[in-house]
Amino acid sequence: MTHLQLCLAFSSLLFAVGLTGALARSNSILVLLGLELMLNAANLNFIAFWRFGPPGGPATGVVFVLFSIAVAAAEAAVGLALIISIYRHQKNIRLPDARRLKG
Amino acid sequence: MRGDSRDDTPPAMNLPVSLIWLIPALPLVAAAVGTAAPRRRIAAGAAIAAIAAAFILSCLAFRTALSDPSAHQVCNFRWFDVGDGVVRLGWLLDPLNAIMCVMVTFVGLLIFVFSLGYMDGDENFARFFSFLSLFAAAMLGVVVSNSLLLLFISWELVGLASYLLIGFWFHRPAAAAAAKKAFITTRIGDLGFLLGLVWLYDSTGSLLLFDGGHGVLEAGVLASLAAQAHAGGLAVPTAIALLVFCGAAGKSGQFPLHVWLPDAMEGPTPVSALIHAATMVAAGVFLMARIFPLASADQVLPGLPLHALTVVAAIGGITAVLGALIAVGQEDLKRVLAFSTVSQLGYMMLAVGVGSWVAAIFHLLTHAFFKALLFLAAGSVIDAAHHEQDIRRLGGLRRPMRMTFATFAVGMMALSGVPLVFSGFWSKEAILHAASEWPVSNLPLLACLAGVVLTAFYMTRLLCEVFLGRPRSPEAAHAGESPPVMTIPLAILAIGAVFLGFLGTPAWPWLQSFLTGVPVPAKPLLEGGGLTAVSVVLVAAGLGAGWALYGRNPRVAARDRDPLEAAAPGLFGFLRDRMRFDGLYAATAGRLNSFGAWLADFLDRRVWGGAVRLLARLGELTGSVDREIDQQALNAGFNSASDGIRGAGRAYSRAQTGDAQGYLRTLAIAFVAVALLVLLGGGR
Repeated sequence: MTHLQLCLAFSSLLFAVGLTGALARSNSILVLLGLELMLNAANLNFIAFWRFGPPGGPATGVVFVLFSIAVAAAEAAVGLALIISIYRHQKNIRLPDARRLKG
Repeated sequence: MRGDSRDDTPPAMNLPVSLIWLIPALPLVAAAVGTAAPRRRIAAGAAIAAIAAAFILSCLAFRTALSDPSAHQVCNFRWFDVGDGVVRLGWLLDPLNAIMCVMVTFVGLLIFVFSLGYMDGDENFARFFSFLSLFAAAMLGVVVSNSLLLLFISWELVGLASYLLIGFWFHRPAAAAAAKKAFITTRIGDLGFLLGLVWLYDSTGSLLLFDGGHGVLEAGVLASLAAQAHAGGLAVPTAIALLVFCGAAGKSGQFPLHVWLPDAMEGPTPVSALIHAATMVAAGVFLMARIFPLASADQVLPGLPLHALTVVAAIGGITAVLGALIAVGQEDLKRVLAFSTVSQLGYMMLAVGVGSWVAAIFHLLTHAFFKALLFLAAGSVIDAAHHEQDIRRLGGLRRPMRMTFATFAVGMMALSGVPLVFSGFWSKEAILHAASEWPVSNLPLLACLAGVVLTAFYMTRLLCEVFLGRPRSPEAAHAGESPPVMTIPLAILAIGAVFLGFLGTPAWPWLQSFLTGVPVPAKPLLEGGGLTAVSVVLVAAGLGAGWALYGRNPRVAARDRDPLEAAAPGLFGFLRDRMRFDGLYAATAGRLNSFGAWLADFLDRRVWGGAVRLLARLGELTGSVDREIDQQALNAGFNSASDGIRGAGRAYSRAQTGDAQGYLRTLAIAFVAVALLVLLGGGR
């Protein structure tokens, strides 16, 4: 297996772990953790394609990842704020219980 | 106030006529403040500050008038234009209204202070002071206006304030009814007043009193008015003056419109003192004195069957005797005083009628002091005796209420006309002499003399019943002296009730000279000694008869019959029922009104009501037809369409579970499906 394939396999694994966590856990914080894992898997793909792709190109992959991390940080802050406010309303942070937006 | 601090510039100490509007404006502002901020301290403070300031301004205006008593200083201004006509209003400053301003603000100030004590426990304390301020503003407006129109406006405002204050305790049915009675009765007179104004404006084109030669009280206009064609046997000035007199008679409680004044005693006692004794009811006399040149304009015309002043004198004489007679038979403390007020107002009108408006104003001023004093002393008694007003159930208050007794006695002697010392004597003498010099008839003089003896009699009766003997009810037995905030105004008024008379004695006729603007020669102190002797003897007879009947053997129990009642039950009952005027009016005017109301009710219910019901039925019919069409035809289509939309919405909303992980799961499955599709489909 080439380095690229190894990296892709690892990131797929990471993505699968993240998705499983996000789908299976009921604790909101752990769901958020799963989301972060999936994001990082995507970031890893960016880096891998930039590193093992055709050489001499512009550093688009790295820049993309930097943006992505910044956005992820902001999203984590918003997510945690949401979790706090969910906690205030229902005295726990179980995601399945937070279904008040049911149509 | 303005200019006080600048003593080095003497003119600033005077109040120019262009600023005289401040005198009514200050209490008006206080009324607005009291209404906007109905707090006890704010309302009462504003009212008292405003009336005190108005008093100071009035004194300054008085100084201004003093510098030139013969001048009528005016300040006229345009109000609005109608077509070619210009409606003008104005302010006036002359001795008559300067002295009225001082009297109204001074008595008003004392009564406002007294009210602090009297109304202390009332929940609507702030409202009371707003109304009092409104009244003061309106009354001062009547006094200072130079236009009959402005005077009429203020006149009606005075009526409104009187209505509000009589009905101040509106939860008592008697008070509410009395307020309505006062308002409606005075309105009957005011209708005549308004018609007189319209006629006057039509004949002269102006309602300004003084306007540099064009005012309705000035010689040129009066001459042209007198020269106009006669209308139905009456000269035009006679007719106008009589119409205006209707308004004055209504306001001043003259026969036959006197019935409202005794009922007005349902209001709080300070109101009775201020409005229904000292100031408002005097407004009618003031008005007649003010328009005296107009009222006497027909005197120069030869061959008239009737002069306006003759009617005024007749009504005044009837009222003076009638009021005094009824007062003898009353058993309510305030009602005796009320009928006494009616009687004294009759005196004043009589004085105007016999041509001596100066004597009328003199009596008005002294009467304002001693009648306000009597009413406030009565208020002090009523407050102390837990609102017991029946003189049969009072009694024995001389010892516990020394101050009230002393001041009441001063007021009683001033009203009875006890010679030489008390002010009532001098003003009453002035009226008697004016009546004796009337060339037309001796009847007014006889009415006056009858009134003198009756007044002394019923006031002695009142004093003995209330203050002598023993307490005849638990309320009277437990009465104690009122607080200083109530007794100090009494003392000040008592001083005025004694000394005010010396302003107008024959030996030093200062008031007469000041009011007319022409120096009046001094005469011996007791001019026309015969008449004075007769009146003194009559006063003594009245006092003696009162003492013999009520003072020597005071009533023992509240149920005892009145000595007069024992002697002549029929007559006494007739007087106690106020000569059955109320019954007469109820049987005539009241019944006519009821018939009119019944007729209107019948027309309304049967005739107009039937027509309206028919139209309503028609409307109902078309409505039901419309409804059927709507329900059967239109609604079906709309209903099915909206059912469809609702069903679709329900189906979509089922996907919205609210479960975040469910959404994510759907997303993941869909992504996998798309990825598989792309891979298996061979890409691109």
